[in-house]
Amino acid sequence: MTVDFATLLAILAMAAATVFTRVSGLALVRHVSLEGSRRQAIESIPPAVLMAVVAPTAFATGIAETIACAVTAFAALRLPMLVSVALGVACVAILRALGL
Amino acid sequence: MTNNIKLQDFLGGVRAISPLIAAVVPIGLVFGAVAATKGLTPAETGLMSALVFAGGSQFVAMDIWTHPASWVGVGFAALLVNIRHVLMSASLGTKMAGFSPRSRYLSMLFLADEIWAMAEFRAKMARLTPAWFAGLVAPFYLAWVVSGVAGTALGAFLGDPVVLGLDFAFPAVFIVLVMGFWKGAETGAVLLASAAASVATQHFVPGVWYIAAGAVAGLFAAVATGSRKAEEATP
Repeated sequence: MTVDFATLLAILAMAAATVFTRVSGLALVRHVSLEGSRRQAIESIPPAVLMAVVAPTAFATGIAETIACAVTAFAALRLPMLVSVALGVACVAILRALGL
Repeated sequence: MTNNIKLQDFLGGVRAISPLIAAVVPIGLVFGAVAATKGLTPAETGLMSALVFAGGSQFVAMDIWTHPASWVGVGFAALLVNIRHVLMSASLGTKMAGFSPRSRYLSMLFLADEIWAMAEFRAKMARLTPAWFAGLVAPFYLAWVVSGVAGTALGAFLGDPVVLGLDFAFPAVFIVLVMGFWKGAETGAVLLASAAASVATQHFVPGVWYIAAGAVAGLFAAVATGSRKAEEATP
């Protein structure tokens, strides 16, 4: 149960960077009025960020991942979140076992 | 607000985040196991998970970890990986009317992808409250820190999560959430721009620039379709 000094310093640097990114967005919107196209841009952030995170998995990783993403998306139209996610995970595990 | 309503709200947040806890525990275990292979002690892993609390940047840090650790390297990597938090915090910040200025900043310190996504989703249907947000954060934070420490202690005893498909749990959650943000053709333009920019950037640029590139492309698409609409409305 020891903590190395260089490791501690690295952890603190990571923490400082993360705190900075987390509060700076909040600080930005406090000083900007939110009308018209600005409001629209801010409202588009959730789908834009989520899509940017998953797109390489969905379209550029492998057949198994692409199919599993499609299955998950289709399931999400009708089924609750946990069921859709479980279906996606099962789907990717089976397809990888098949060698896709 | 009475304490009873606050408790109800808190428990509502706990309920909302519970499926994601089932998904984060295996990832935390894997993170801990990877950290152990890089020579981190359980105390160091716990400290990192507790203070940084951002899975993506922690995995990247393990990728580039050296002995002794380079605070410049991992600090800059964390900044780059988490630059998306600026957008996420700006977006969520506009939905925190029910928070005092102090609790806004305090809540924002716990902004992780999953917490942010659930909070955004909630804000579409109901007023976001500090108690509900705390209900998201408390169990998720605990699960992340404890599973990381456990993973370091267990180390190589853990199986390969890729074989079990568990690495797919988070993309799957994000896909379900994307489907929930669908509002019509404008959303389609945002998603298309974001996906194209993200895949192209990931292909040509090493590192994690693809998230920022996709997000910004989606944002531009939203502004472009928005201004075209405004022109149509004013002949």
